[in-house]
Amino acid sequence: MHDSTLARLSGELKAKKVSSVEVARVFLDRIANAKALNAFITVDEEKTLAQAKAADARIAKGDATPLTGIPIAHKDLFCADGWRTTCGSKILENFVAPYDAHVIAQYNRAGAVILGKTNMDEFAMGSSNENSHFGPVKNPWDHSAVPGGSSGGSAAAVAARIAPAATGTDTGGSIRQPASFTGVSGLRPTYGRVSRYGMVAFASSLDQGGALAKTAEDLAMMLEVMAGFDARDSTCMDRPVEKYTALLAGGVQGLRIGVPREYFGKDLAPDVAAPIRAAIEELVKRGAKTVEVSLPNQHLSVPAYYVIAPAEASSNLSRYDGARYGFRAEGYRDLADMYRKTRAQGFGPEVKRRIMIGTYVLSHGYYDAYYLQAQKIRRLIARDFADAFRQCDVIAGPAAPSVAFDLGSKDKDPVQMYLEDLYTIPVNLAGLPGLSIPCGFGAKGRPVGLQVIGDYWSEALMLRVAHAYQQGTDWHTRVPKEHA
Amino acid sequence: MLSLDQIAKIAELARLELPAAAAAALQQELNGILAMVDRMQAVDTRGIEPMSHPQQAMQRLREDEAREPDLREKYQHAAPATEDGLYLVPKVIE
Repeated sequence: MHDSTLARLSGELKAKKVSSVEVARVFLDRIANAKALNAFITVDEEKTLAQAKAADARIAKGDATPLTGIPIAHKDLFCADGWRTTCGSKILENFVAPYDAHVIAQYNRAGAVILGKTNMDEFAMGSSNENSHFGPVKNPWDHSAVPGGSSGGSAAAVAARIAPAATGTDTGGSIRQPASFTGVSGLRPTYGRVSRYGMVAFASSLDQGGALAKTAEDLAMMLEVMAGFDARDSTCMDRPVEKYTALLAGGVQGLRIGVPREYFGKDLAPDVAAPIRAAIEELVKRGAKTVEVSLPNQHLSVPAYYVIAPAEASSNLSRYDGARYGFRAEGYRDLADMYRKTRAQGFGPEVKRRIMIGTYVLSHGYYDAYYLQAQKIRRLIARDFADAFRQCDVIAGPAAPSVAFDLGSKDKDPVQMYLEDLYTIPVNLAGLPGLSIPCGFGAKGRPVGLQVIGDYWSEALMLRVAHAYQQGTDWHTRVPKEHA
Repeated sequence: MLSLDQIAKIAELARLELPAAAAAALQQELNGILAMVDRMQAVDTRGIEPMSHPQQAMQRLREDEAREPDLREKYQHAAPATEDGLYLVPKVIE
């Protein structure tokens, strides 16, 4: 059962071959047996089983939706009423959310079951999951490797088949890069497709909720539930939600796949380049054609991102003051000292670095040189994509420059870590949708992900491409031996 | 390049206590990040309109009406210190 897709689980639940409580039990046990991965921060069997019981009652009444009774793991930055929501931080270590994020409410409405809250880099800042206050997550394919970040717990949980699917968020690649590193399918929708209400904020103009699952079809099922208008997020767009699952078939005949020459330069490891090229070749075999495109300002993405994201983070994280919720330090002299000590002790080193950079680039005298310049470069990057999409329907390339790296190998140098995201960040700056699907293995038998980037609101088309690829290949069905 | 004085000033603006012993290491890390960021300074961006947001949508407006129920108790449950519905902080005015 643990290897079933959502589509299959859904059918078995509906046919009453299995109950939601039984499904939840299987996955709770698998989570307990895979503690070494450290994929979850919070598991609450009682709550999960109660929700599963309610789902069974709903199925018995004949009132089920496709996700009714299916347990979904949630990245620990989605507030879920009554659940501890830590964001991977000491400052929220004991924070129990008093309300549901829109995404959580949507899953609840559909009758899905909350399986637990997954580990992540603190405040979603990181590419390896080593920045979590709750310790690093291990890659199920090789426990000496990182799972990627920041949605590393969600990715590892799906890869190890200890969760049928999971939510994630992607601010600079935090769904696509861990999906690539762990051999699962991950979708970051267009900015504004999924409400950010109740999703702990990192960089508000870049953050977007999405999903990690075993197949494109499962991602389509999840997006149908997660997407949609919510007035409580002023950037959530009022556009109809497509029936993504009904639009999966159709194949890629005649589709123009843009291959950006900048995505295949010297930064790309040869053991990743080969499976990526083979995957594009597979799509060509299925009737697509390739067009070479250029994203000439792609190399400026990481520098611009590390101005814009920290600037927004320094503003968003100013709310952690030790007064209204979360951790408060002890032994302070006065109010200002309480703020300083609470924040110094409550935030980890990477979060503090980004708050410092963000505060600096927004400060008087430096704003134009850094923040404004970064925003102008952001415009150039968005224009590059607009030009490319005049020549092609989707863009394909790597999601990450290498396979998963070893734990502890890059955490000493922040800049080295930042450069990991050079193929994912441009998508966030432009606000575009992107996904990663497994397409083979590189060095040390570690997975490689093919990134598919779409134009705004083209999730249906991207999922169709991914689905077509998964119809002809079986990379997405591979499971790490230890977790089979 | 940020000096140690600048680092102290930024930490104060960000309300982060920074022990003197940790300042030098942080200075090196932040200057490493800024050196990478400075690659964008070589680009001529005159005449380019800054992009603050992926969408050009206007802020939606709504009627000015109270819609939230009173959830003070529930919300204050997460606070480190409260009394009589108020958040407790150190004395600000003597």
